[in-house]
Amino acid sequence: MYDLIVVGGGPAGLAAAWAAWEKGLRKILIVERDRELGGILNQCIHNGFGLHHFKEELTGPEYAGRFISMIHATGVETRLDTMVLEVTWDKRVCMVGKSTGYREEQAKTVVLAMGCRERTRGAIAIPGTRPAGIFTAGAAQRYVNMEGWLPGKRVVILGSGDIGLIMARRMTLEGAKVLACVEVMPYSGGLSRNIVQCLQDFDIPLYLSHTVTEIRGEKRVEQVVVSRVDENRRPIPGTEMVFDCDTLLLSVGLIPENELTRQAGIEMDPRTNGPKVYENMEVSVPGIFACGNVCHVHDLVDYVTAESLRAGEAAAAYVLSGDRAGKTLTVQNGPGVTYTVPQKIRTEGVEKNCGIFFRVNRVCRDSEILVTSGETVIAKYSRSHLAPGEMEHIMLPGVLLNKAEGEITLSVREA
Amino acid sequence: MKELICIVCPNSCHLRVDEERNFQVSGNSCPRGAEYGRSELMHPVRVVTSTVRCRGGAYPRCPVKTNRPVPKESIFAVMDAMEGVTLTAPVRTGDIVIQNICGTGADLVATRNMEKEN
Amino acid sequence: MYDVLIIGCGITGAATAFMLSKYRLKVGILERENDVAQGATKANSAILHAGYDPEPGTLMAKLNVRGSALARELCEKLDVPCRRCGSMVLAFSEQEEETLRTLLRRGGLSGVPELCILSGDEARALEPALSGSVTAALLAPTAAICSPWELCLALAETAVRNGTELFLETEVTGLTREAEVWRVFTNRGTFRSRFVVNAAGVFAGDIHDMVSAHSFTMGPSRGEYYLLDKCEGSRVSHVLFQCPNENGKGVLVAPTVHGNLIVGPSADTVEGNNTANTAAGMASVREKALQSVPDIDFRQSIRNFAGVRARTDRRDFVIEFPPDAPGFLDLAGICSPGLSAAPAIGEYAVELLGSAGLPLAEKADFVCERHRIRFKELSASQKAALIEKEPAYGRVVCRCETVTEGEILACFRTPIPPRSVDGVKRRVNTGMGRCQGGFCGPRVVELLSRELGVSPGEILQDRDGTRILVCRTKGGWEDV
Repeated sequence: MYDLIVVGGGPAGLAAAWAAWEKGLRKILIVERDRELGGILNQCIHNGFGLHHFKEELTGPEYAGRFISMIHATGVETRLDTMVLEVTWDKRVCMVGKSTGYREEQAKTVVLAMGCRERTRGAIAIPGTRPAGIFTAGAAQRYVNMEGWLPGKRVVILGSGDIGLIMARRMTLEGAKVLACVEVMPYSGGLSRNIVQCLQDFDIPLYLSHTVTEIRGEKRVEQVVVSRVDENRRPIPGTEMVFDCDTLLLSVGLIPENELTRQAGIEMDPRTNGPKVYENMEVSVPGIFACGNVCHVHDLVDYVTAESLRAGEAAAAYVLSGDRAGKTLTVQNGPGVTYTVPQKIRTEGVEKNCGIFFRVNRVCRDSEILVTSGETVIAKYSRSHLAPGEMEHIMLPGVLLNKAEGEITLSVREA
Repeated sequence: MKELICIVCPNSCHLRVDEERNFQVSGNSCPRGAEYGRSELMHPVRVVTSTVRCRGGAYPRCPVKTNRPVPKESIFAVMDAMEGVTLTAPVRTGDIVIQNICGTGADLVATRNMEKEN
Repeated sequence: MYDVLIIGCGITGAATAFMLSKYRLKVGILERENDVAQGATKANSAILHAGYDPEPGTLMAKLNVRGSALARELCEKLDVPCRRCGSMVLAFSEQEEETLRTLLRRGGLSGVPELCILSGDEARALEPALSGSVTAALLAPTAAICSPWELCLALAETAVRNGTELFLETEVTGLTREAEVWRVFTNRGTFRSRFVVNAAGVFAGDIHDMVSAHSFTMGPSRGEYYLLDKCEGSRVSHVLFQCPNENGKGVLVAPTVHGNLIVGPSADTVEGNNTANTAAGMASVREKALQSVPDIDFRQSIRNFAGVRARTDRRDFVIEFPPDAPGFLDLAGICSPGLSAAPAIGEYAVELLGSAGLPLAEKADFVCERHRIRFKELSASQKAALIEKEPAYGRVVCRCETVTEGEILACFRTPIPPRSVDGVKRRVNTGMGRCQGGFCGPRVVELLSRELGVSPGEILQDRDGTRILVCRTKGGWEDV
């Protein structure tokens, strides 16, 4: 019997396992489907990780490496090249591995840290032929950074998500010509630093409010047609531009990977595509926790780490001191807010502060983030710049929550 | 007056740099932002990350970076300089791959451990 | 010298080869693509139709009813996914209810069992997701869903196991007949045969015109589809048709044997084998499907595709020896219900070849079985035992569909091993799920490269010319 089984050995799983160890759990198992720990960070060879958590700028493999070393310094058990097939509500975990065979393990707590996957062409229904040369940005990243293969020479990128931007620079450095980055929204989906360092540095044009309206080529991509879109994201006839290219990279969003979560009967949030969680990252089934991109898509691994440490600590607390109870508040999305994590807060579980992650639904300048309970504003935060592509975070003092009953609402008010 | 987005941290402050007033920076929320704004206009620098060949490890490529930012205009020279390198596993994070790459004062270093595969 | 050469290894060619492989004959299949099932067979609705649609008395009517019963039986024997889920044709008006009565009558005449007409409420009781505007439905319990490319592959594999020779990447460029022998010219040399069967799908007209006076004109019709994530897969439990019109059977909504939801097809006439998706086609599919099932969540789409039906101006299958080309059998115009009819077409083709003088002596050692391991369908103890025996079954390569390395390696040991990433996909379902190969693609490339003994740069996505990778990254390659 394990105290804790962590599903996934990426940044979320590693941080959760480490925190649980630090808090005193001793029988911990990390199950990782890849041949090594670190998850997607291993292929994110660019820098920009760790500024919050380690107070220095690291590359993905370096960030992962630090946590891997920390885990190796504990007694946490790891099972690599092993895939979890099922997690049950009563915390039985079924897994298969080439060297470990088929195993069923019982745990007192489970942390779900399976990460996310990329949206594909099918999700956005791009018209045209279906030749070779269409890749999700992450798949291209794996080919380039791990396998040492370039998937194309003349590239158009659809979507300005961070992986797409990073790949624009990466392919350029490797000698490919990136012709354009095309974004259907009127603002970029990625971090500003990536717009500057990955596109502007290399004079790669960013077409906002544009999309790919046709893919041409029988065997390999030969051309893509890009059109401007109106305010309802519908292509405007007559605005077509044709790019001669052999590759289309898609960076059109990430979706939390929750097959196991759904199978276990855990309550989901359609807004995040992840499970609904409490302030300690516990899902609707007591003793099961979720953290990282499985819960909601983050743009900074530092935030994944922060959230996952909380999940790991909570798993330890569950084993060592039992279930949490007490007053529960529901966090509602007010105007301007797309989602919040956590979705529910048990006030007794909040020590000093309760961190809330959220995203806004439009670009806002000089705004106030309001936390209200009924008609009363219980907290107010000002921000000079808010964008949907950048996850926001507030720390809500626990004492303020005592004033609230039933639910609190998070909203954005632009000055 | 030039406007630019600060990339030092994810806060993405919208900076204004006044070239006529000794590159005075406004809009920053920390001193590092001011420094970035000035240096970005006077002598922009970047950390270069890529991969080099690696023999005997789990993967055929080992990720590397310049251990400090190099002048923006030398990015492609740095890329060219690492083409000729082949590492041999085991490699440790921080191992120097090329010292003082392209005379930039930065070393090219490995950014992961690459264990020897049997 | 062959007894029979079959041109084309789609479902029609494969079924004919399968039926012929029961006899002591030398049979060859010439397929221009690098895999079987590359035309209409891999891009259709995947339905074994009950058979009430075609005009009674036509070849379509006769072969559909017989064919779909045979197909269900063959799926069972050859380990092909198939489920008799039943179908409904939906009526939204008094006029369409009249159409249902016509279909019921046709079905009766063609011998379709168990048909009945339900009221709107009765239909909704069986299928709660149906629109409130459905006024009546024709229920056909014998309709089934299947994996069409796997059925084709299973038939072709079994034919090959029974001695049929399959020549892939072999394109027919011309045919002549001398002294009762057909000479078939291809990019890989000349083949000689007593009989030739034309099962070239959309290209059957071109092949026919090489040997015989023009007697039918191809009018290929493109159908576009949506394939939705498994979370939408249980939205409906029957195949739900709308009333047929002059363009075909209309837009259907159906579960697939792989657990997804399929929605389509549109119908528009195209030149040749144009399988591109169009914004208009996809929009019309969405709009029409929502009339039947209003709650379909198209945000769960994982793939769009299009197939071209090998329709001709004859409105029926063209199954005949043209009078001016003895020993040349056309199996042309095999559009819907071609998949359902295929086994019966094969059977009928054998009968026609027999009466034209092909000696039909049965083999004593005909093998009619096929098995493959589907890891995810095994019980816990079976999984454990299998990994114990072959550890490669313990490594899950495709996360979305839970496909193991063992299954991928096994498909290289089948009679028709894959030559591309999509070839592996058609055999073991890698990359068929919601991430569409984003995760497993590079791993499958690695396995293909190892098994085929070629560089990853040579690995194809699908057809010839569809290389995935362009060149090594900077610093090139050294054997490391």
